This record gives sequence, C-alpha cells and structure tokens, in this order.
Amino acid sequence: MIKQARDIPTPVKYLINLALFIIFLVVVNSMIASKTISGYYTKVIMLIGINIILAVSLNLATGYLGQLPLGHAGFMAVGAYSSAIFMKAASALPMFIALPLGLMIGGTVAGIFGFIIGIPALRLRGDYLAIITLGFGEIIRVILLNIDSVLGFNLTYGAASLKNIPKTTTFLGTFICVFIVCYVIHTMMKSRHGRAILSIRENEIAAESCGIKTTYYKTMAFVMSAFFAGVAGSLYAGYLGILNPSNFGFMKSIEILVMVVLGGMGSMIGSVISATVLTALPELLRAFADYRMVAYSLLLIAVMIFKPSGLMGTYDFSLSRLLGKGLSRLPARNASPARKGDDR
Amino acid sequence: MSTVISQIFNGLQSGSVYALVALGYSMVYGIIMLLNFAHGDIIMVGAYVAWIMIAKAGLPPAVGVVAAVVGCTLLGITIEKVAYAPLRKSPRLSLLITAIGISFFLENLAQLVMGAGAKSMPEIVSGPGLSFAGANISFVAMVTIVVAVISMVLLTILVQRTKMGKAMRAVSEDMDSARLMGISVNRTISFTFALGSALAGIGAVLYSCAYPQASPTMGSMLGLKAFVAAVLGGIGSIPGAMIGGFAIGLLEAFVSAVGLSVWKEGAVFAILILVLLIKPTGIMGRVITEKV
Amino acid sequence: MPRRDPHETLIPERDKDKTPAIECIGLGIDFGGLTAVDDFNFTLGRTEIAGLIGPNGAGKTTVFNLLTKVYQPTRGRMLLEGRDTKNMTTAQANRAGIARTFQNIRLFKELTVLDNVLIGLHNEIHVNLAQAILRLPSYWRCERVARERAMDLLSIFDMTGVADKKAGSLPYGAQRRLEIVRALATNPTLLLLDEPAAGMNPSETSELMENIRKIRDMFQISILLIEHDMNLVMGICEGIAVLNYGRIIAKGTPEEIKSDPDVIEAYLGKKGH
Repeated sequence: MIKQARDIPTPVKYLINLALFIIFLVVVNSMIASKTISGYYTKVIMLIGINIILAVSLNLATGYLGQLPLGHAGFMAVGAYSSAIFMKAASALPMFIALPLGLMIGGTVAGIFGFIIGIPALRLRGDYLAIITLGFGEIIRVILLNIDSVLGFNLTYGAASLKNIPKTTTFLGTFICVFIVCYVIHTMMKSRHGRAILSIRENEIAAESCGIKTTYYKTMAFVMSAFFAGVAGSLYAGYLGILNPSNFGFMKSIEILVMVVLGGMGSMIGSVISATVLTALPELLRAFADYRMVAYSLLLIAVMIFKPSGLMGTYDFSLSRLLGKGLSRLPARNASPARKGDDR
Repeated sequence: MSTVISQIFNGLQSGSVYALVALGYSMVYGIIMLLNFAHGDIIMVGAYVAWIMIAKAGLPPAVGVVAAVVGCTLLGITIEKVAYAPLRKSPRLSLLITAIGISFFLENLAQLVMGAGAKSMPEIVSGPGLSFAGANISFVAMVTIVVAVISMVLLTILVQRTKMGKAMRAVSEDMDSARLMGISVNRTISFTFALGSALAGIGAVLYSCAYPQASPTMGSMLGLKAFVAAVLGGIGSIPGAMIGGFAIGLLEAFVSAVGLSVWKEGAVFAILILVLLIKPTGIMGRVITEKV
Repeated sequence: MPRRDPHETLIPERDKDKTPAIECIGLGIDFGGLTAVDDFNFTLGRTEIAGLIGPNGAGKTTVFNLLTKVYQPTRGRMLLEGRDTKNMTTAQANRAGIARTFQNIRLFKELTVLDNVLIGLHNEIHVNLAQAILRLPSYWRCERVARERAMDLLSIFDMTGVADKKAGSLPYGAQRRLEIVRALATNPTLLLLDEPAAGMNPSETSELMENIRKIRDMFQISILLIEHDMNLVMGICEGIAVLNYGRIIAKGTPEEIKSDPDVIEAYLGKKGH
C-alpha cells in the first residue's frame, strides 16, 4: 500500500524546504558579510558548493543512469573556459546579466559537447563508455593546451593559463546554483522521465520492451549531466580567476567519482554529504594533504569491497518526510487520508 | 626515405611496448570482462623496481630486469587476490571502479614514497646501432622489437599448446561450465593476471630503455594508449592486441614525424573513438551479444 | 484425424472478420550462417490465446525476440494489426502494441513494484520535462491518474499490498505476475508470455491459467505464450504451433497436437531409438 503515514500536504513541504534553504542562505551570507566566517572559510564553502554540483551532476549519469563517464572534468573544463572567455569579453555588461549568461553559456557549451560525445558513446556497452569519455577528457585537455597555435591567436593561453577572469563567483550565487541543480534533478527523477532513466540502469532490454526510447533518455541524462558540470566549471572559473588545463585532468574526474561512489550511487543526499566532507576535510586538515589522494583511493576500493552501495545507499533524505514521520507519531487528530501520488 | 624508415622503426619500437602491455589488458578482459585500469601502473612499479635495483643498489642490469618482471608478476597476482577476487559476483561497475581505485592508489603511493619527480634510469642494454637504407637504427630499438616478438610467440604457444592455456581459453569462454569441468577458475584467473603482469614487467624494462626515466604517472598514459591498442585490435584477442600495439606505435611515429607531436595523444584517442564508432569489436574481435 | 498444413491459419471464428493481431509471413533469421528460425508463418486472432511449444533450443524465444524486434528478421515480413513492422525498434514495437515478459525475469529489481508498473505506463503519461520540473498542476494530475491506473492493474493479481516493496524482494511467482502487470501497463494488443508458469506449483499454475483468461476477457487482447507445462498449454490455448529446429512442424487445436506423430517424435524421439 501507499504509505499510510500522515503526510504533510505537498505544497507545504515545498514551502518548508524553500524556507529552510532561504534561512540557510541569509544566515551564512550575513555571517560572511560580518566576517564571522573568515575569507578563507568562505572560499572553502564556495568550493564545497561547486563540488556538490559536480558530484550531483555525475550522480545523474552514474547513480541514476548507471553509466560510468570518466570525463566529467572535461565537461567542467569546457564550461569553465567558455564562460571565462565570455566573461572577459563581456566586462561592459552589467553583472546581473553577464553572470547568469556566463553560467548558461558554460553549461550550454558543455551540454553540446556532452551531446556530441554521448550520441556515439551511449551506443556502446558500459565499460567502453568509460574509456571513450576518458579519451574525450584527455583530448579536451590536449586541445586547451595547444589550440592557440592552430588558431594563430590567443584564446586559452594554453599552459600559460587564462588569467584575469572576473572573480564573479560569490557564496550566494554558488548556492543558488546548487539549489537549482538539486531541485531540477530531484523533480526530474520523480517524474516519468526519471523513472525511464532508472529503468535503463535496472534493465535496458526490459526498459526498451516497455516502450521507452532508451537512447533518447540516455542522451538526455548524459547531456544534462554535462550541462551541470559546465555550470560548475563556470562557477569554478569565476572562483579561481585563472584557469590552466592541468586543473581538469583525469585526477579531477576521479575525485568527483569518489564523491559519488562514497556517498552512494543513486543517492543525491549522499553525493551532497560526501562532496561536503571530502572538500572540507582536506582543507581543514592541511597536514593530511600529502596523504589525501592515497586515502581517497583506498576509500574507493574499500567502499566497493565492503559496502558497494556507498554510505547512504540509494536512500534519499528529505526533511519534510522526516517532519512527516515525527508528526505521524503524534496522536491522530482529524487525520488526513493517505494521499496517492505524493512526492516524497 | 631514410627518415621514413627510421620513423617506422621508432613506431615499431614503441609499438612493441604497447603490444606487450595491450596483451595484459586483452587477456584480463577476455577472462573476467574487466578493464584493468591498474595495468598501466604495474608498469610504473616495474620501472621503479628496476631503478631501485640498478641505480640505488648498484646491481647489474640483468638482476634489475628479472626483479622488475618478478615484481610485476607478484603485484598483479596480489591485486587480483585482494581487490578483484572479492568482487567476482558484484556488478561490473563495482569492479571497474575498484580497478580505477587501484590505479589511483598505486600512482599516489608511488608519489608519496618515491617523490613526484622523475628518476633517471641508467643504461640497461647497450650495443652498436645498425645502418639500414641510410637510416640509423639504435641497438635499443632492435632489442625491444626482438624481445617483444619473442615474448609474443612464447605467449601464443603457451595459450594454444599447454594445459593452462586451454584452461584460460575455457574460463574465458564460459566460467561456470569450466568450473563444472574441474578447472580451478581462481587459479586460472591468477595465472592470467600473472602472465599479463609479467608481460607488463618486460614492457616496463623495454620502455625504460627507450625513455630512461621512472615517474609516478608514467604508467597512466602508457596504459591508456596500450588499452586503445587492445580495443583497436579487438579486445580479448591476442593477435589483435599485437596488431593494435604496432598500429598505435606507427601512428604516433608518423604524427610526430609530420611535426604534430603535441597532438599525438589526441590522435590516439581520436582513433579509439573512431574504432568504437565504426567497428566496436576491433580488428580481430568477436561480437558478444547479450542473451535475451 | 486429418493433418493440417503448417502454413494454415487457425484464427477462431469470432476473430475472423477482424484484422489479425499479428501476421508473420515467411519470417526467418540467421545468426552467422546458422538458421535459427525459418519459414515462420503464423497468424493470431484479435482475442485469441495461442501457444508456441517445442523442445528446448527449438527457437521459441528467438521467435519472441523477432516479434518484439530485439532481433531484425533476415527474411520475411511481420504485420502488426495489418501494419508492416519493418525497421521498427523494440520500443516502437511496444508502442505499436506488442508487450512481453521474459523467460529469465527482467524486472527493475531495485525499484518498487509500483514504479515497475509506472514505467510500463510510461507512454500513457503525457507530461513533458518542463511540466515535471516546474511541478505544474498537469504533472500532479497525470501522476495521480497513473498511480490509480497502476494500482488497478496490480489489483488483477492481488498485488496492491506489495506496491511499496522492492520488485527484487518478491517471491519468484509474484515476480512473474508483476512482469505480466508491467507488460499490460503498456496497453498492448498482443501479449507475449515467455514461460509464465516456470517455477510455479500446480495450484499457482491453475490460478495463472484463470488469470490469463481473465486478462484476455478484460482487455480483449490476444495472447501468445511459450510454455513447457502441457496442462497449461492444453488447458487454455485455442491454437498451438509446434516449433522444432526453427520451423513450425505442426499447427492445430490442442487435441490435434496431442495426437500428431511429428510432435510426438520431436518430443520423444523416433520410435525404436
């Protein structure tokens, strides 16, 4: 049966979530403004936000769709460079136009690349997709390093780094993006589109025989994942102010994968938590920095062997459900009938 | 003309190394359907072992070579036993992620222990070069090609003629049926890893002769290119891996020869993508269809 | 009893004036020079229940894979309600009206029973991505209707009580039933059941027979099933085709099939061996 627990009406749930998020934004933002949170920690928090977007977007392709792209850093790089080049050129535009436009450009260019690489790659079995995307990531890096000599003018500045990018990324901007990305992925996954994506992960042949256009949905999820990686890249460009192709190597892709795997493939909250922890910990424990990568890799192996579902499994946390459970323990007063079709 | 010939030999030399490494990918894929991402890093470990023996301990090169091959073999078996064997019944994605983890672990451990900088490798073999149609062919290149070809011939005999080779072919055909026929699947898989890793050890030594350096990340790009070679030749196929290895080596040599050496990695991956698009089974590969 | 021609059609009287659910004309497929199915001529009435039987490896599942376009035929044509299915994909064949279950169950194991059925209803839910992400009223309405429909379908097999359970956690028989529900959710005109009674005990099997009839009567669809349980096949099928080495060796009513010497030989081997 559909859960009989007394549910909070859906619009109220949404309002609760939105309100909590706004409170979070306002509180942290005022703490940053009043220097209660130092500039250094503000930077760490922004990096956490960017990594959350990366992890959540990779989770869409890995956890939900069941593919293993190893070129996520490549999509991030494409987004970062295209948005950075735009932002440098568009310095005359007012910020409230240039900034969203820059993010959209970063995302769109990455999405287009996702489409170009996804169409052929998604026809192949899982492990070939891993390799093809890995190859793609490397090609992107080689192109960013050497494209200037082909073009005959300076576009990416290759190994000399793209410098003087407007540092437009703020705490507020980053976390509004985090919210939008999480919201879009969450609502999509709870619709027929999301179920189609999950069915492909579960059993592609059965999905196909249920009338689901598997190629279409695979491509859709893959492009979406690339798009959001591009958005994260744009934020990253505005965060660092300087870009070098070596920022986006294979290691970066693996780092994002570790976040997703550790959090539990297919759990958005898992990705959010592990992106937060894995970004914050090494920053806070500087002495540990040398061992970070070794620890990451051991963690990855250990999780696969001992708890392949990751720390959160496929569990999707929801504040309103937690509240709903709390309420259902109270004695029932004019209990509302169980609602079908509720979002969790 | 002479530059063409010397480029061909350059290509064959690096192609020999790719082919040896590609064989390891191909055999492991054939038997447990795993892209062993850590395979390239086994080469890196082999190079460090050789460096420690020859440069640090001052032992003769021959000892270094044997130590590298033995070290790689043991490492390959250990990785399989510790990390892959517990996952034999798990989804393929878990196995693949574990392999990536191992690769990542070896690279970072090497960086921690040996430092990020490259160690320069002393000369392992030396001898007179050969002049052929106006082109100079180095002694190292000749040794590399000859050793690689001999290794491949021995491997082919081993797989085609021996009992263990038969067991390997049986397990890669159908693991469960092989088990029912009394073949020890675990031993066969270990043997496959040992064999692949030993070839990687030989590859490590030959690679160190050509590029006398050892660095923590040397295995990753080499491994990736060898993997491309395996896919190009048809993954799971031994002759395919050899053909693919030489093809990739020659491709790189020619891309460099026309002055596009910064693009040579891009060209290798472009080949990979093209192959997967046009003929995903590679040159010698078989079609594997899922039973519905 | 007179033998029937293997190419003859066996449509029941009541379906004679309707377009057949499916019509196969000389369908055949080769795998690398090996002929798996050949000269497959078969017509199925709009509300007919038919059986496809034959020894193991006779090509029965291959026929299902041809009908559902998992494989494209090497030869021959296949008409679905009179429409040619040439170059259709599996998904298109499903939307054109063919649904199936699998011999080795293929459920979405990690998802709930309800989600499995909702995925079957995929093409019955008309919500676009923007409506879903913005949670417009149309999204809520469609989701509610779909859930109600899914629960109705589950109630055919008394499965509403396990709607929230993971599909993979169900007992074997229930998994087979869920596959049928999921197939029905795609609103088919032809339902293909691949060994629906495999692993079921006699009482479950007779319940299944009742349910197959019930489904046919409720949805007015045609059903083709592969089955080794002869009680089930002889009990509910109106027409039976017997396949051996990829060819139809006999067609007829259950009575005719039971006494056909070729069928007996295919199953029991030649006399004197």
